[in-house]
Amino acid sequence: MKMTRLAAAATAASLGLFLAACGGDPADGEKSASDTITIGSAAFPENEIIAEIYAQALEAKGVKVKKKLNIGAREVYIPALESGEIDLLPEYTGNLLSFLDKDATATSPEEIEAALDDALPETLEVLEVAAAEDKDSLNVTQEFAEKNGVKTIADLKDIDGLKLGANPEFRTRAYGIPGLEKIYGITGIKFTAISDGGGPKTLKALLDGDIDVADIYSTTPSIVENNLVTLEDPENLIAAQNVVPLIAEKKASDKVEDVLDAVSAELTTQDLLDLNGKNQGPDKAKPADLAKEWLTDKGLI
Amino acid sequence: MSVASETIDWFTDPANWSGDYGVPNRIVQHLGYTAVTVAIAAALAIPIGLWIGHTGRLRGLAVVFSGALRALPTLGVVTYLGLFTGVNLTATVVALVVLAVPPLLAGAYSGLESVERQTIDAARAMGMTEWQILTKVEVPLALPIIVGGLRSATLQVVATATVAAYVGPGGLGRFLIDGLAVRDTPQVIAGSLLVIALALLLDALFVAVQRVAIHGHPAVQPSRS
Repeated sequence: MKMTRLAAAATAASLGLFLAACGGDPADGEKSASDTITIGSAAFPENEIIAEIYAQALEAKGVKVKKKLNIGAREVYIPALESGEIDLLPEYTGNLLSFLDKDATATSPEEIEAALDDALPETLEVLEVAAAEDKDSLNVTQEFAEKNGVKTIADLKDIDGLKLGANPEFRTRAYGIPGLEKIYGITGIKFTAISDGGGPKTLKALLDGDIDVADIYSTTPSIVENNLVTLEDPENLIAAQNVVPLIAEKKASDKVEDVLDAVSAELTTQDLLDLNGKNQGPDKAKPADLAKEWLTDKGLI
Repeated sequence: MSVASETIDWFTDPANWSGDYGVPNRIVQHLGYTAVTVAIAAALAIPIGLWIGHTGRLRGLAVVFSGALRALPTLGVVTYLGLFTGVNLTATVVALVVLAVPPLLAGAYSGLESVERQTIDAARAMGMTEWQILTKVEVPLALPIIVGGLRSATLQVVATATVAAYVGPGGLGRFLIDGLAVRDTPQVIAGSLLVIALALLLDALFVAVQRVAIHGHPAVQPSRS
């Protein structure tokens, strides 16, 4: 009897937690007041940091801001933007375009910007893009680069039995093996799928020599920490992924645009590397603190 | 087009049946991982289980130990070990051995425990050595339960060997992980069906083996006391 009551209490408690968790869901249909901007972010630290930067920059200029960070994937937050549950979110140009238009072929930053304007729904717009990019990048060790005289992806063509490690989708996606074959003429690649998005396992495989080339997101601190050489991509095989504010048209007042454009003008890939490094490094700095520090350094608040 | 018909298309596409990424190669890899794992686990667990069952020593420890092993989530073990072993089979095999040891161990010691005390006493009274008692009396009588442990271990391993794909190597898990990565649902379903079919097939095989283990010794079936 006692056990039953305990189990009932535990069930009730977990149900409560579940309901509480649901309370934070952006799909609860609540829209923000017309003078308030609700800022969302995707569910990974870098995006959260940029969202914090937007939020604090706007607040400093007297704009009312509400935050609904950590909203999972595009399938969730793009509809939330369209319905007005959130108004602003940091996006990446290439991925946003391919989400909106599955057949998009643009890869250079300019082509993507132009295509985005057409692909976006009427109610949404993107503002000025930042120089900062977080995209797939092919990396080799310093030693491998020197030994084989490799600087760009094109230089990989002469290496026999090239071993490449990346997320599983790299094998079939246009920017992956098919693109390396078609655009750079690199054939006979031995591919190893490592499902950690260029994380520690991919890094270890590269450092151990199990693979020669690793696909690691360009703002991952491990690239700098291990002196990896990121190969240049002269043919724009990998689509540009510049950071850009995606905003509901009706909330994009001149004032808001000016603030966000000023942020984008300053934000570089190196900044993202530093911010991610501090966030993931030993001190595990919080996104809000990192955002404040960055804005202060750049003289934006 | 429905997912069901797309899955059928996947199975009928010849491209999915040849080369390194084809079904036959994936099945061979998958069975290979399973065989290696179960062999290592059996080599470790069965001798220990027989010793525990024969001597009656350390049984409590074995129960606690295998209970603790059972509680380890295989995917967690693979992911964690993968950080140290790199993109090869080591992490997968270790994690799957951890999964296979408890049923093998339990099969071995509980098999011996099921042998009637009087039978063993009779064997001892006839002047058999301890080794003879183990190999000529206890193991033959316990064989159906030992094979049962092997069956349970093999099934768990063949169903779980899909995690190998998570840290690099192949096997049928590739269809699941690669399919999920590009939201290719038919490929994921096809991979799952292949794993299920393989598991059922192996299980049927073990049913036959267990039957032989019982009927091979009609006079010495384990008592039901």
